[in-house]
Amino acid sequence: MLAEAGTSIPEVPAWRPPSYWPFVAPALFVVSAVIVFPWAFTIWMSLHEWKIGAPPTFVGLANYLRLPRDTRFVESVWNTLLYTGLSVLLPVGLGTLAAVVFNTHFPLRGLIRGLFILPMMATPVAIALVWTMMFHPQLGVLNYLLSLVGISPQLWVFHPATVIPSLVLVETWQWTPLVMLIVLGGLAAIPAEPYESAQIDGATHWQVFRYISAPMIAPFIFIAAMIRMIDAVKSFDIIFAITQGGPGTASETINLYLYSVAFVYYDVGYASAIVVVFFALIVALAGSLVLIRQRTHWNEAGGAG
Amino acid sequence: MKNLISRRAVMAGSAAAGALGASGLPAYAAEPDWKKYAGTTLEVNLIKGPRGDLLQKYASEFTELTGIKVGSEVIPEQQQRQKAVIELTSGKPSFDVIHVSYHVQKRQFEKAGWLADLTGFMKDPKLTAPDLTVDDFSAGGLQFAKNDKGEMHSLPWSVDYFILYWNKELFAKKGVALPKTFDEMVAAAEKLNDPANGIYGFVGRGLRNANMTLWTNFFLNYGGEFLDAKGNIQTDGPEAIEATKLYQKLLTKTAPPGTAGFNWMESMASLTQGRSAMWIDGVGWAPPVEDPNASRVAGKIGYAVVPAGPKGSYSATYGDGIGIPQGSTKKEAAYLYCQWAVSKTMGARLLQSGGGVPFRASVLNDETVRKGVKMPSEWLDSVIGSAKISKLGLPVIIPVAEFRDLVGAALTATLSGADPATELKKAHEQFRPILERSEKA
Repeated sequence: MLAEAGTSIPEVPAWRPPSYWPFVAPALFVVSAVIVFPWAFTIWMSLHEWKIGAPPTFVGLANYLRLPRDTRFVESVWNTLLYTGLSVLLPVGLGTLAAVVFNTHFPLRGLIRGLFILPMMATPVAIALVWTMMFHPQLGVLNYLLSLVGISPQLWVFHPATVIPSLVLVETWQWTPLVMLIVLGGLAAIPAEPYESAQIDGATHWQVFRYISAPMIAPFIFIAAMIRMIDAVKSFDIIFAITQGGPGTASETINLYLYSVAFVYYDVGYASAIVVVFFALIVALAGSLVLIRQRTHWNEAGGAG
Repeated sequence: MKNLISRRAVMAGSAAAGALGASGLPAYAAEPDWKKYAGTTLEVNLIKGPRGDLLQKYASEFTELTGIKVGSEVIPEQQQRQKAVIELTSGKPSFDVIHVSYHVQKRQFEKAGWLADLTGFMKDPKLTAPDLTVDDFSAGGLQFAKNDKGEMHSLPWSVDYFILYWNKELFAKKGVALPKTFDEMVAAAEKLNDPANGIYGFVGRGLRNANMTLWTNFFLNYGGEFLDAKGNIQTDGPEAIEATKLYQKLLTKTAPPGTAGFNWMESMASLTQGRSAMWIDGVGWAPPVEDPNASRVAGKIGYAVVPAGPKGSYSATYGDGIGIPQGSTKKEAAYLYCQWAVSKTMGARLLQSGGGVPFRASVLNDETVRKGVKMPSEWLDSVIGSAKISKLGLPVIIPVAEFRDLVGAALTATLSGADPATELKKAHEQFRPILERSEKA
């Protein structure tokens, strides 16, 4: 065939446009318009002193040098890490537990499972408004419930020390079902044989979970943790609707501070610098999770060996 | 067709006559040519609240008067401020008239040159009714509306004074007299405070940013000045520390728990539920407080000027204005609207409904207008008393939002036990470079 082509058409053009280019072009265009350009523009803005209403002036890295001295920013980084850490650990822990429970057979299991995943389906802002009422120190139902068991009323989201745990409570309530669903899927995929042999060997419930279930569902837990981390780090709606970052700045995460700088103070240049640092932080967090995964070989069903 | 037109004219006439009957004065005397811009359509951007709602409600009267159609957009304060800045920056805003919050936006709008100069319009008898003169606005209003060259870039519309709301029933029960000074106020709050029965002596804003409006009234009465002669901010001085100590004491020792998250709404709820004996906030909340459907204390609330501090007696003052963007192509028609918004008829309605207080002396001093006020006479007395001691409640700077956020956060921190001097110092150091940068630009 080749020889034949060579002889019958002697003059092959020296250069032909690769046939796949037309197919790549639309995607390339979209990617550069919605990802590359905004990114480049953000970095460009972060190098300028630019307040809306005034022309931008180039200031080099001055915006970045402002960051470490800006106590509000530094605090917001810690708040973000604390908030993210807690809202990964709690839903993943409770969600795994719930999945193990819902994996066993008991009456009305389907109905209870259905009820359990309801919080996930509600709108975050609506949830936040309801929780705000529940948190109210005088009129809220939470303090009433505490009073029934003899605990003195708490300030919940109205005190700097308790505001982040209280917000995490809302986040946990809403997102534990998602973790449960993912892990439950994992449990359903585990073959029955290991359990049967464990039963024959007389393993306890804890031993069955620790040495059979846990290693086999670890990849699923990892995925759930990853999804939770991404969600928690970018969380805005619940915090904004309940506390707006308060009291004071006690629950101000990077996202909320960023919103203030960009859309309340109109300091676009500085806000862009925060975005760049925030992005680096997210990449670092995701990277470390991936690293942990590789180190522990959680992706192999064999478990942490 | 002809019939219809004449009927319309009759209706317009009767509406004007109705307004005349209400205020007892010629509503639009020796008139400019109101109909000159008939057929124009204006877009009006207003802030949600008693003042914005009032203009929207009566917009049809303006249309009958001028033949100008009005599209009113009424949006919540925070969103309106963001939208205004973004649209005005673009140079081609979608609105021809804009509601300005002077205490937040004055310096920002002025430096950017976003609003049209109205000085020429005001001198033109074809455009301006003879009763609308610069001198008719109070000094505070002119301070808000004029730029440093003395040009009017907006019309002062409604002023908000801070006053003391007090629950007469709770005061009588404990035999406490209305406090005239801060010391008496603290003593009264301590005496009235009865947490075991869910009654608290004082309530006020604790939420970051919102709390600044209350705190500055304390600051002013301790003799505080926001800026020194060189334009440096002075919120870490002895006056500020004293004011913060008072603020901390009242809101932690004698207030309902959780005030760190209270804005005016939560504070008002505490007052209207009969849970708090005193509240200091803007004059505009009297209508809901006196509404028996929304308040358990309707008819039991007294109104007074804010108690005096050791260095003076002031009422922290905030204000709204109405102006025209430089980018509007219908400035004359828009000016007619602004003029109507601050007219005697609309000013009387504003005052009588309790939603705000006009800046114009001719409205405030009018006996018939005063008689029509639906709020208790004590309320009107507190308004007139506050007008005499009014002082701007926020510094006239560009980064007002940052100022309120940073110092406000320091105040909120003191509510959970932080030391006032340390927190103010910290806020001051964060805010100073921001202010310097904004003035340099």
